[in-house]
Amino acid sequence: MPHDDHDHPHALLPPEPALRVKALETILTRKGLIDPAALDEIIDTYQNRIGPQNGARVVAKAWSDPGFKAALMKNATPVVADLGYYGRQGEHMVVVENTPEQHNMVVCTLCSCYPWPLLGIPPGWYKSDAYRARAVREPRKVLAEFGVTLPQETSVRVWDSTAEIRYLVLPMRPEGTEGLGEEELAALVTRDSMIGTGLPKVPA
Amino acid sequence: MTRVHDMGGRFGDGAINPESEDDPIFAEDWHARALAVTLASGFLGQWNIDVSRHARERLSPKDYARFSYYEKWLAGLADLLVENGVLTLDDLRGAGNDADHPLAAHALKANNVAAALSKGGPADRPSNVAIKFEIGQPVRTARPAANRLADGGHTRLPIYAAGAKGRIVLIHGTHVLPDSNAHGLGEAPEPLYAVAFPASELWADPEHPDDEVVLDLWQSYLEPA
Repeated sequence: MPHDDHDHPHALLPPEPALRVKALETILTRKGLIDPAALDEIIDTYQNRIGPQNGARVVAKAWSDPGFKAALMKNATPVVADLGYYGRQGEHMVVVENTPEQHNMVVCTLCSCYPWPLLGIPPGWYKSDAYRARAVREPRKVLAEFGVTLPQETSVRVWDSTAEIRYLVLPMRPEGTEGLGEEELAALVTRDSMIGTGLPKVPA
Repeated sequence: MTRVHDMGGRFGDGAINPESEDDPIFAEDWHARALAVTLASGFLGQWNIDVSRHARERLSPKDYARFSYYEKWLAGLADLLVENGVLTLDDLRGAGNDADHPLAAHALKANNVAAALSKGGPADRPSNVAIKFEIGQPVRTARPAANRLADGGHTRLPIYAAGAKGRIVLIHGTHVLPDSNAHGLGEAPEPLYAVAFPASELWADPEHPDDEVVLDLWQSYLEPA
């Protein structure tokens, strides 16, 4: 049964958020239920080790290696796991490819689902009410706010992440990148280009 | 019929104002702490991901709207800890005891964090529910969007896609059904599909005739169309 009591337990904690998290952490630590060193480790993981650089490496490899790209498009989860990108919020990966005919964009209207092993923790705007509410109804207006205007002949497909499937957009390889290696290509791949709200950088 | 979190298509939220890609991923130190306390508490094994999503969704609409993202997480977590008997109301009041907790043996340790995060928690399961639809097949979603197992319960069919006609574009295999798993009714795995809907099927004033929205939807949300 859903609990709909109107005296939510959380109301007993201090209202100010920084004090609220401190209070909860202290209570749980005193009882041995959490280890502050484990919290530091979790934070370090998502602050410094897991982020969009992972997804960028996947995209650059797909741009460079047709065999890799074919395998990635067919069944992404084991392919990215082979590169070391698997785990929480990335258990079921699907890669969707942008083409001149179709542009893909990802949202989670119901919460904030996002492919953590490939992109890290979602940015604030991805979790905002404005993005969640508007991305499905007016993706082109949303894209314009990110500075992206698509040709009229390109259709938009918005993926609303309503299950445990996590989507990564494979952007189109920019022109003028023929001679570049994977590392140089990865440097052109922005986080937003893998969510579908941006495009890759163009080489200077 | 659903709750305040179900905001896809809503009007009135204004501009998005995306931050730069170079901005820190945790805007405040307490955001990072809130995320870490929530993840670490989850490893105590007292609830699943569907229960924790529902805990945030059933914050009162007033709290949901006024809380920032990680404040929702903290409030959902505090409620779950008490409802599942991990903490008492006195604990939250700061009047509990500091004796070692029976669940303390399950606490996530620093040296297990990497393994625990990289292990993940897959949602696909074997199921005896046969796959009923094929790629390209037209389907219609249930209407109203609502949990049919628990009144007011958790569901992943958003209101904006209720009663809409689309077509199957991907078959994801068989996955845990959140409508059941969020309410202690078992995992009840069943087929999960990606279903594409023309924007004109969902919105009064679509931006472009060829635009589409794709949602991942369970078989019990769908009927042939």
